[in-house]
Amino acid sequence: MNTTILEIKNVRKSFKDKEVLKDVNITVKKGSVYALLGANGAGKSTLLKIVTGLLNCDNGKVTIKNIDVADNPVLAQKLFSFSSQTTTVDGVLTGYENLHLIAKLRQERNPRKVAENLLDKFELTEAKDKAVSTYSGGMRRRLDLAMSLVGSPEIIFLDEPTTGLDPKSRQELWDTIKEMKSQGKTILLTTQYLEEADYLADQIGFLREGEIVANGTPDEMKRLAGADKLLLVFNNHHNTERALKLFEFYYPIKRADCEISIDLDEEIETTLTVLNALTTEKIELKTFKMITPTLDDVFMTLTKG
Amino acid sequence: MNAFQNISDTLTLANRIIKHNLRSIDTLIKVVAMPVMMLLLMVFIFGGAFQIPGVSEDEYINYVLPGILLMTIATGSAYTSLRINLDKTTGMFDRLKSMPIAKSSILGGQVVASVIFMLVSIIVVFIVGFIAGFRSDATFLEWLLLMLLILLFSLALTWISVPFGLAAESIEGASSFSYILLMLLFISSAFVPVEGMPKVVRIFAENQPMTPIIQTLRNLLDSQAVGNDLWISFGWMVLIILISYIFGLKVYRRV
Ligand SMILES: Nc1ncnc2c1ncn2[C@@H]1O[C@H](COP(=O)(O)OP(=O)(O)OP(=O)(O)O)[C@@H](O)[C@H]1O
Ligand SMILES: [Mg+2]
Repeated sequence: MNTTILEIKNVRKSFKDKEVLKDVNITVKKGSVYALLGANGAGKSTLLKIVTGLLNCDNGKVTIKNIDVADNPVLAQKLFSFSSQTTTVDGVLTGYENLHLIAKLRQERNPRKVAENLLDKFELTEAKDKAVSTYSGGMRRRLDLAMSLVGSPEIIFLDEPTTGLDPKSRQELWDTIKEMKSQGKTILLTTQYLEEADYLADQIGFLREGEIVANGTPDEMKRLAGADKLLLVFNNHHNTERALKLFEFYYPIKRADCEISIDLDEEIETTLTVLNALTTEKIELKTFKMITPTLDDVFMTLTKG
Repeated sequence: MNAFQNISDTLTLANRIIKHNLRSIDTLIKVVAMPVMMLLLMVFIFGGAFQIPGVSEDEYINYVLPGILLMTIATGSAYTSLRINLDKTTGMFDRLKSMPIAKSSILGGQVVASVIFMLVSIIVVFIVGFIAGFRSDATFLEWLLLMLLILLFSLALTWISVPFGLAAESIEGASSFSYILLMLLFISSAFVPVEGMPKVVRIFAENQPMTPIIQTLRNLLDSQAVGNDLWISFGWMVLIILISYIFGLKVYRRV
């Protein structure tokens, strides 16, 4: 469980003058889920293309089970599968034909059976003979994921697997990814959502403008991002000042003219105490809400630190 | 990576593209139905209007059939380019390239499918031609030579479409080169003799690759001597295949 299966070492990549990856180092343990978290243009897809042998890097190397991907792409590619950001399924072919095609190319002994089993597992049997162009976004992602499992790869690379999915499909996909992990697969996925990385990953790496600016477990990352906050909005200046004084103990921060925020260490308890105190003191509140740190907040914290 | 797997991957991927062609009504209409309609139109409606010295009205079909055959292949190549472009823009190439397969099978599958599709369309045009009155005196050897020429022409136009399909940013751009091919066909001896053309156009028509190919096909079907046209045709086609192969692979490495 503790052996390294994938190692990305000192990877650099530039397109013309633009430096897209600046010395990226990542180690992924066998059987774990690694989430590469980053905003648009951070370089996530570029890194995955290098790792899967689609693109050469300018410097550094990628090894999968000690096989150098650049030197020995086909040997390394036997060990993994890659779903790109664009959900690459063949719209003209049926779901069955898509899986059958991949199974044949991956030299499965019995491509028909592999296809049927996966259709069943991903609840696509009913639509198996329909052209994939008629599938919903969620079904396409499911098929895409099913295609990634053909040939029983040890590592699965998923580039933004849940972008563009509705909440229900997203949850289903999350469940599938968890199940893959429980079957011993190693998964490296990219995402723009802290919440997703938190839910799925054992390890998170923050990629920002081509650099891994932080990495660790989800808990470590969240601590880095700061606690949840309670935002209080008042009707007037007077009330705002009174509240600031009343909650001195919590080190409130004045965010705007009539807005203050309080860091929540123990969410429910602090919230209840604060709201009770406001009622007792008859300080009228316009509205209040909880703020969870977003990816932006994390980046902000990281750049400040 | 052994040769057997290479061939098997190529055929598997070619089979995928053939399914694409057969399931696209648009492709079937443009590549198969259009040339057939052109042929019938030329023969039964315009045929009488073109007065070609030494060719009777009944024989006009023998005169135009070679041109129609090349036209079929030219429209086919537009779709080859389109399919390649679609695989590039949808990311299908990336999916395939990231798999443990012989990498040459990815383009190879496209090429094989394209040539097969062109040849099948050619057979359809021939059959309709025969029904509409086309007759040939060609010997077995001449037919063989004819088939070789058509195969080479299909291969040449398929390879031309590779760099265009790979380099184009959009589907529209990918197939635009085929208009040039069609234009070359019209400014050749495909439908009317070059003798009647204005001088400048005529010089161009006589020296561009389509004319010797058409002349060779026509003479073979007519069981006449082919002369130098045969070698000029082969020369052109080998040259086209070589140049577009080199360019094609160059662009392929970048996408
Ligand atoms: N082939 C290329 N040529 C030039 N620049 C490129 C190329 N591919 C990517 N880039 C640039 O590299 C940067 C990183 O792109 P990349 O696609 O890796 O980001 P990403 O993190 O995957 O973003 P997104 O969340 O939008 O998918 C971007 O600024 C992009 O414009
Ligand atoms: Mg991306």
